[in-house]
Amino acid sequence: MTQSAPRTRRGVSGGSVSLADLLFRGSARIAAWLVLALVLGIGLRLALGSAPALARFGPGFLASAEWNAVSERFGALVPLVGTLVTSTLAMLIAVPASFGIAIFVTELAPPLVRRPVAMAIELLAAIPSIIYGIWGLFAFAPFFADHLQPWLTEHLGELPLAGRLFQGPPMGIGVFTASLILSIMVIPFVSSVMRDVFEVVPHELKESAYAMGATTWEVLRHVVFPYTRVGVMGGILLGLGRALGETMAVTFVIGNAHRLSASLFMPGNTISSALANEFTEAVGEMYTSSLVALGLVLFGLTFVVLAMARLLLYRIGRQSGTGRA
Amino acid sequence: MKVLGLYTRRRLANALAMAAAMLSTAFGLLWLVWLLTTLLARGLPWLQLSLLTQATPPPGEAGGLANAIVGSAVLTGGGILLGAPLGILAGTFLSEFSRRSRLSNVIRFTNDILLSAPSIVLGVFVYEVVVVRMGHFSAWAGMLALAVIVVPVVVRTTEEMLRLVPDELREAAAALGAPQWRVIVAVVYRAAFSGILTGVLLALARVSGETAPLLFTALNNQFWSSGLNEPIANLPVVIFQFAMSPYDDWHHLAWAGALLITFGILGLSIASRALSGARGGGRGSRGSRGR
Amino acid sequence: MPGSQDPPLKALSPETGLHHGLPRQRAGAGEIHVMRLRFLVPILLAGTSLMLPTVPAAAEGVTSISVAGATFPYPVYARWAAAYHKRTGVKLNYQSIGSGGGIKQIRARTVDFGASDAPLEPAALREAGLVQFPMIVGGVVPVVNVPGIAPGELHLDGATLAAIFLGRVTRWNDAGIASLNPGLALPDKAITIVHRADGSGTSWIFTDYLSKVSPAWKEAVGRGKAVAWPAGVGGKGNEGVASYVMRIKGAIGYVEYAYALQSHMVHVSLKNRAGRAVVPSQESFQAAAAGADWAHADGFYLVLTNQPGELSWPITGASFILLPRKPDHPKRTTAVLTFLDWAYRNGREMAASLDYVPIPQSVYTLVESRWHETLVTDSGPLFSPANP
Repeated sequence: MTQSAPRTRRGVSGGSVSLADLLFRGSARIAAWLVLALVLGIGLRLALGSAPALARFGPGFLASAEWNAVSERFGALVPLVGTLVTSTLAMLIAVPASFGIAIFVTELAPPLVRRPVAMAIELLAAIPSIIYGIWGLFAFAPFFADHLQPWLTEHLGELPLAGRLFQGPPMGIGVFTASLILSIMVIPFVSSVMRDVFEVVPHELKESAYAMGATTWEVLRHVVFPYTRVGVMGGILLGLGRALGETMAVTFVIGNAHRLSASLFMPGNTISSALANEFTEAVGEMYTSSLVALGLVLFGLTFVVLAMARLLLYRIGRQSGTGRA
Repeated sequence: MKVLGLYTRRRLANALAMAAAMLSTAFGLLWLVWLLTTLLARGLPWLQLSLLTQATPPPGEAGGLANAIVGSAVLTGGGILLGAPLGILAGTFLSEFSRRSRLSNVIRFTNDILLSAPSIVLGVFVYEVVVVRMGHFSAWAGMLALAVIVVPVVVRTTEEMLRLVPDELREAAAALGAPQWRVIVAVVYRAAFSGILTGVLLALARVSGETAPLLFTALNNQFWSSGLNEPIANLPVVIFQFAMSPYDDWHHLAWAGALLITFGILGLSIASRALSGARGGGRGSRGSRGR
Repeated sequence: MPGSQDPPLKALSPETGLHHGLPRQRAGAGEIHVMRLRFLVPILLAGTSLMLPTVPAAAEGVTSISVAGATFPYPVYARWAAAYHKRTGVKLNYQSIGSGGGIKQIRARTVDFGASDAPLEPAALREAGLVQFPMIVGGVVPVVNVPGIAPGELHLDGATLAAIFLGRVTRWNDAGIASLNPGLALPDKAITIVHRADGSGTSWIFTDYLSKVSPAWKEAVGRGKAVAWPAGVGGKGNEGVASYVMRIKGAIGYVEYAYALQSHMVHVSLKNRAGRAVVPSQESFQAAAAGADWAHADGFYLVLTNQPGELSWPITGASFILLPRKPDHPKRTTAVLTFLDWAYRNGREMAASLDYVPIPQSVYTLVESRWHETLVTDSGPLFSPANP
C-alpha cells in the first residue's frame, strides 16, 4: 500500500477529519475537475460555434474545396489536406533524422560530445514558432528559391509521375518549405523520446548480442528497435500531434492559397494558418462558423493522434513493467 | 552476392548506418546553427537601449519595443499567476488524493489533450468566451488564453514531481500527528519544490513565445496600455506584424525582438535545467545506465 | 497513468520543450529543501491584487481610442495618431487587420470605430446600426517585381490585368503584355500573383475595378473583400502583399499607393477609362475623386473606380469610418469624433505627404453636419461642428 498517499479519513489521533483537510482536499478536487471542465468546455464551445456551418454544409464540408466568402460557400478540404500533407511530409523527414540523432547520441557519441549535442538538439524545441516563421521567410525561403528550387524543379520536375510534385515558379515559399520547417520543429521531440526509449533497453540484452559478435547496427536493428517499437511509435505520434497544430511557422511560409495544387512547391493552406489569417476578419455567421468548424476538426485530429499515442505508451508501461529496476 | 564476405558486408552495413546517424545529427545541428546565426546577424546590430526605453513606432519613425516587452511580461506573468496555482492544486489532487482512480485517469487524459491542443484553437475558444462577452480585446483575455496553456504543463509536472517524493516522508509526518493537508504542504511540497518550480519555469518558457492565441485576445497596441481592459502590446504579435510588413525599420525591430525572445526563453530553459539538474545531481547515480 | 514509473514518458512531456530523462531516483530524506513556502502566499496575494481590474477609461478622461480596420489607410492613421497623441495625449490604437476585420469588430462593438475601404450598402448599414462616412481617398496600385523594369515603365490595361489575375496570362513576355509595351524588354519569367489572404477593402476596390473592365473576371470571380482567387499566393494585409511582392521575383500584386511609395516598389501605369495612360499620384487620385457626388450618396456609399476624366487613376477608392448609430459609450464616441474632426482639419498635409487625397472641406462639413443630426443621445448631439 505504498503506492498512494495515506488515505486518512481520520486524523492520526483518531478524531474526525479537520476542516483544513476538507478545505484543502476540496479545493484540490475542484481544481482537478476544473481541468476536466475546461477541456470539455472547449470541445463544447467549438461544437456550438461550428453548428451553423455544419448544419448548412453537412458532412460534405470536409470534402468541399470551395472557400468563397462572397457566395458564402465553405469547405474544409483545402486546409485539411494542407494540414495532413505538411504534417505527413514533416514526419517523413523528421523520423529518419530523429532515428539518426537518437542512435548517434546513445551509441556513437563519446561521452564528452553526448551532452552538448543532446542539449543542442533540445534547444531546437525551445525556439518559439514565430522565430521559425521569420527565419523561414527571410533566410531560408530566398536561399531555397535562388539555389535549390530551380535545381530541383529542373531535375525532378520532368519525372513521369512524381514530376508534378516539383513544378512551379521558384517562390521559395509553399507546401514544401512549410513541411521542412515543421520537420525541424518536430525533430527534437521525436528524437528525445527515441533517446529515452533506447536508453531503457536492458543492458543485458544488448551485451548478450555484442557478446555474440553483433555490430552496433545489428544490435540496434535486432535488439533495440524491436524492444522499443511501441515507445517509438508513441513518440512519433506525439511529434505528429505537434506538427498538426503548428501555426506561426507555417503561416509565414505556406503562401495562404485556398487552392489544391499537385505541386509541393506551390502555396497552400493549413487549418491553423487559415485560422490565423482569417479569424479576426470573418464577417458573417457562415464564415466565422466555418472557421470554428475548422478549429473543431483540428482539435479532433490532435485528439485522435494523442489518444493513440497514449494508448501505445500505456502499453509500454504494462509490457516492460517487470523488466526494469 | 559473394563478392564481399559476410563479415565485410556486415561491417559495411554498420559503417553506413553510423555514417547516416552522424549525417542526421549534422542535419539537425545545421538548422540550429543557421537559425541562431541568422538571429544574431540580423538582430544583434539593432540591439540598443532605445529598445527598452521607447514604444513601438509608426512606420518611418524610430522607436523601440518597450511597451511590447512590458506587455509580454504582464501577459506571461498574469498567465502564470492564473494558471500555476490551479495547475499545482490539480496536480496535487492527482498525486496525493486520487492516484489510481478512474476519475484521475480521465483527468490525466484530458489534461494531456489540453497539453497538446493547438494553441490557436485555445485562442479561438478564449475569443468566443471572453472577448465577445467583454465586448473588446483586452490584456485579461490574453492572460486567460496563456493561463489555459500553462495549466496542463503545470499539472503534469507537479504530479510527476510530487510522485517522486517517497512515501516514507509522508508516513513519517503522519506518524508525528500531522493532518493530511499539513503533510502535503509542509513536507511534500517542500521536498518537491524545486521540481514544481522547474515546471512553472518551463510553462513560462512555453507561453513566452506563444503568438497565435494572443492574435485573437490581447491583440496589440501601438502605445502603452493604461489598464488591463485594453489590448496590450506584446512581443510575439509585434514581431509578427513588423516582420510581415515591408518597412525596413520595422524589420530591424522585429529581429531585435526575436533575438530577445529567443535568448530569454533559452535562458529560462537552461535555468530550469540547472534547477532540476542540481536537484538530481548529487543523488544516487544511475550507475551503469550512465547518462 | 500506470504507476509512478512511466518509463518512456518523460517527467516533463515533450511538449514542454525540455525533458529530464527517465524516472529519477527518489528524493533522499536528506535533501528536503528549506524553501520558505510561507512567503509564497503573501507574494501570490500581492501579485493578484496588482491584477485587479482597472476602472475603465472614465467619462471625461477618455485617454485611448481603439480602432480596427483596413490596412489601406493605416500609414496615414499611424501618422495622425502619433501627432494627435503629442497634441492631446489621447492614444489612438489602430489595429490594421483588414476591412473585413474592421467591419466585424465594429459590428460586435469590440472597438470604438471601424475603418473599411469596402463601404457598406445602406441596407447593411441600417441592419447593423452603423453610420458610415469617408475619411480619406487613396489609390490601389498594381506593383511588380520584374528584373529590369522600373517604376511606371510597364503599361497595362484593365483587360490584361484581369487576364493576369485570372491566371490566363502566365509569363511576363506574353504577347498580350508585349503588345502594350513595345520596346520594353520583358523577361521570360513566370508570373506569380500575390493577392490578399484576409478580408480586405483593398481587394474589394481592386476586384470592383476588374469586374468593371473585364466581363470574364466579373463572371468567374466577381467583387468582394475575399474572393476565390484563381491563382497566387496570399499575403496578410497590404503589408503582407508588399512583402511577398518584394521577395518573389516575377511577382505582381496590388497595394495601396502609400505602401508602394514607402517601400520603393515598382508600380505600373494603367490605361484609364478615357484611354490615357496614367501613373498613380495624388493628382490622378484627386482627378478620379473630383466628380464624386457625396451629397446625394445614401450612407455616403460611393465607389470611385474607373471614373471618367483624362487624368483619373482607374483604381481609386475612399476609405470609410464606421460608427455605431446608438453608441454604448457616448463619451467615447465624442472622443472619436473630436479626433476625426482634428484629422479632417489638421491632418491634410500628413495625408498629402503620403500621397493620399484628403477629403475636401465641402465634404467634411457635410459629414460633420450629418454627425450632428444622426448621432444624438438623450443628452443631445454627440458632436457640434463648432467644436475646435
